[in-house]
Amino acid sequence: MTSTGSTTGPVATTGSRLSIAQGVSRQADYWWTYYKRTWKGSIVSSFLSPLFYVLAMGVLLGGFVHVSPARLDGATSYLAFIVPGLIAAQAMTTGVAETTYPVMGAIKWQKSFYAQLATPLEARDLANAMLLFVLVRVAATCGVYFLVMAPFGVFESWWGPLLAWGVTILVGMSFGTLTFAYSAHVEGPESFGLIFRLGLIPLFLFSGAFFPITNLGTFGEWVARCTPLWHGVNLTRMLCLDNVVWSTAAINLAILVAVTVVGWWLAIRTLTTRLAS
Amino acid sequence: MIRARDLRKSFGDRSGVTVEAVKGISLDVRRGEAFGFLGPNGAGKSSTMRMIAAVSPVSGGELLILGMDPSTDGPAIRARIGVCPQDDTLDTELNVFDNLYIYGRYFGIPKSEVRSRADELLEFVQLTEKRGAKVESLSGGMKRRLTIARSLINRPDLLLLDEPTTGLDPQARHVVWDRLFRLKQQGVTLVITTHYMDEAEQLCDRLVVMDKGVIAAEGSPLELIREHSTREVAELRFPVGDHDATAEKIADLGERVEVLPDRILVYSDDGEHVLAKVHERGLDPIATLVRRSTLEDVFLRLTGRTLVD
Repeated sequence: MTSTGSTTGPVATTGSRLSIAQGVSRQADYWWTYYKRTWKGSIVSSFLSPLFYVLAMGVLLGGFVHVSPARLDGATSYLAFIVPGLIAAQAMTTGVAETTYPVMGAIKWQKSFYAQLATPLEARDLANAMLLFVLVRVAATCGVYFLVMAPFGVFESWWGPLLAWGVTILVGMSFGTLTFAYSAHVEGPESFGLIFRLGLIPLFLFSGAFFPITNLGTFGEWVARCTPLWHGVNLTRMLCLDNVVWSTAAINLAILVAVTVVGWWLAIRTLTTRLAS
Repeated sequence: MIRARDLRKSFGDRSGVTVEAVKGISLDVRRGEAFGFLGPNGAGKSSTMRMIAAVSPVSGGELLILGMDPSTDGPAIRARIGVCPQDDTLDTELNVFDNLYIYGRYFGIPKSEVRSRADELLEFVQLTEKRGAKVESLSGGMKRRLTIARSLINRPDLLLLDEPTTGLDPQARHVVWDRLFRLKQQGVTLVITTHYMDEAEQLCDRLVVMDKGVIAAEGSPLELIREHSTREVAELRFPVGDHDATAEKIADLGERVEVLPDRILVYSDDGEHVLAKVHERGLDPIATLVRRSTLEDVFLRLTGRTLVD
């Protein structure tokens, strides 16, 4: 009713929209069955492969790395240095993996978003529920990662890793929301391979997970500081090693929250546009 | 149930060109009737259906569905309509029952209620013994019936069916028609798009023929035939190559004469009379057939015989 206005219909009830909680909870059964169907595969990809990294890079390669803690952001061993970075990077990878092909599939292949859109749900609700599922998946993956690493003596306090867990969830969501928006925008999955090879791997390698970014030179360090992953790695590490510089931490946190909020908004917006066309 | 006045839909494609899919249509669908949209591909049927389904914003004009405005009351409208899309958007990884159950949950129907409705609907579409089967293993007809069952999980007042029997074999089509007919008897309002004329004649009380984004004709199947065609059609087959010359000789015998590559159609209210006249004039067709006009004649007359891609 764009041009004539409504006089015949009942008074427009904006209350016909579902609340955000209703929109999400009505999809709980769907995501629960989806989880039951996929959790076994996700264990392998989201848990075993990072464990290989810890063994190869942290324990075995780390055996050759003997530098003073001052050059490792205060970590007493190389293993203790890279574990927080690896978990933060794993959060990123999980967030991206869960919002590329799954989003494309729901739009293009399975068309499940279109089926859902014929119900009282709106694009907003579909994005929220999927992103909440991504959050649960990131939280589970990183949570297990933290638990498995605890016996290695790489954490300096009990509360640090607990807070760091929240930070890694935020890292996963900052990447997950942005990638969701991207996937809802692009026509096909052709660029996803590029994202993984030219996006995730360089971020993984050069955002401070394996070495302090001061080693990158002035320019490289500046670039690294612009990536959300570095902020996540840095904050996670400070919390795990119990040497938090609170002013830096505040900036790290603010950036992660800001990226997540913007990404979330973009995700809903692009999906709404995509599904209406 | 549906009221549209000068309804329009246009969208810009990715290259920035604006395409006008629906160019101002007006119609009313009344409670309990089966209403059809006929038209060739690209006529604007699906765009219209998507607006009626309250998923695609209206570009211009007025649209009321169940007395509500889709731009503000989309969720409330969708809660009361059922949608059976052209390509089955079933979840192929779930089994038959779960497809219904999970879909019902989207409407906020309590779990136990959804379960009993799902079983009832499986009975209704004759899929009870496939309850635990994976959707992937179903035949095309079964998938379509499951999609229809899914669109009924919220007990809709209005059911939208986009090409409900496209791609189905004759047996499966008749099962679908039979189920749709029962729904109509139960008082569900049906809105159907199709390009099968027999389907439209079978199911629709009233229909519109759409072409290039506008309504070319509106009425009941009988009215449309009466208005846009003759009562009967005489089909005459002559040796190949003779058709054009022969057509000139018999052009006055019907209201309209149409020359096709393999036969001549003479539209007349009395086909036998046409045949007699043809023979009187010393013409000797290889084969003849007198039949009643169908919706297909109306359709082809209104939308042309040219192939639309």
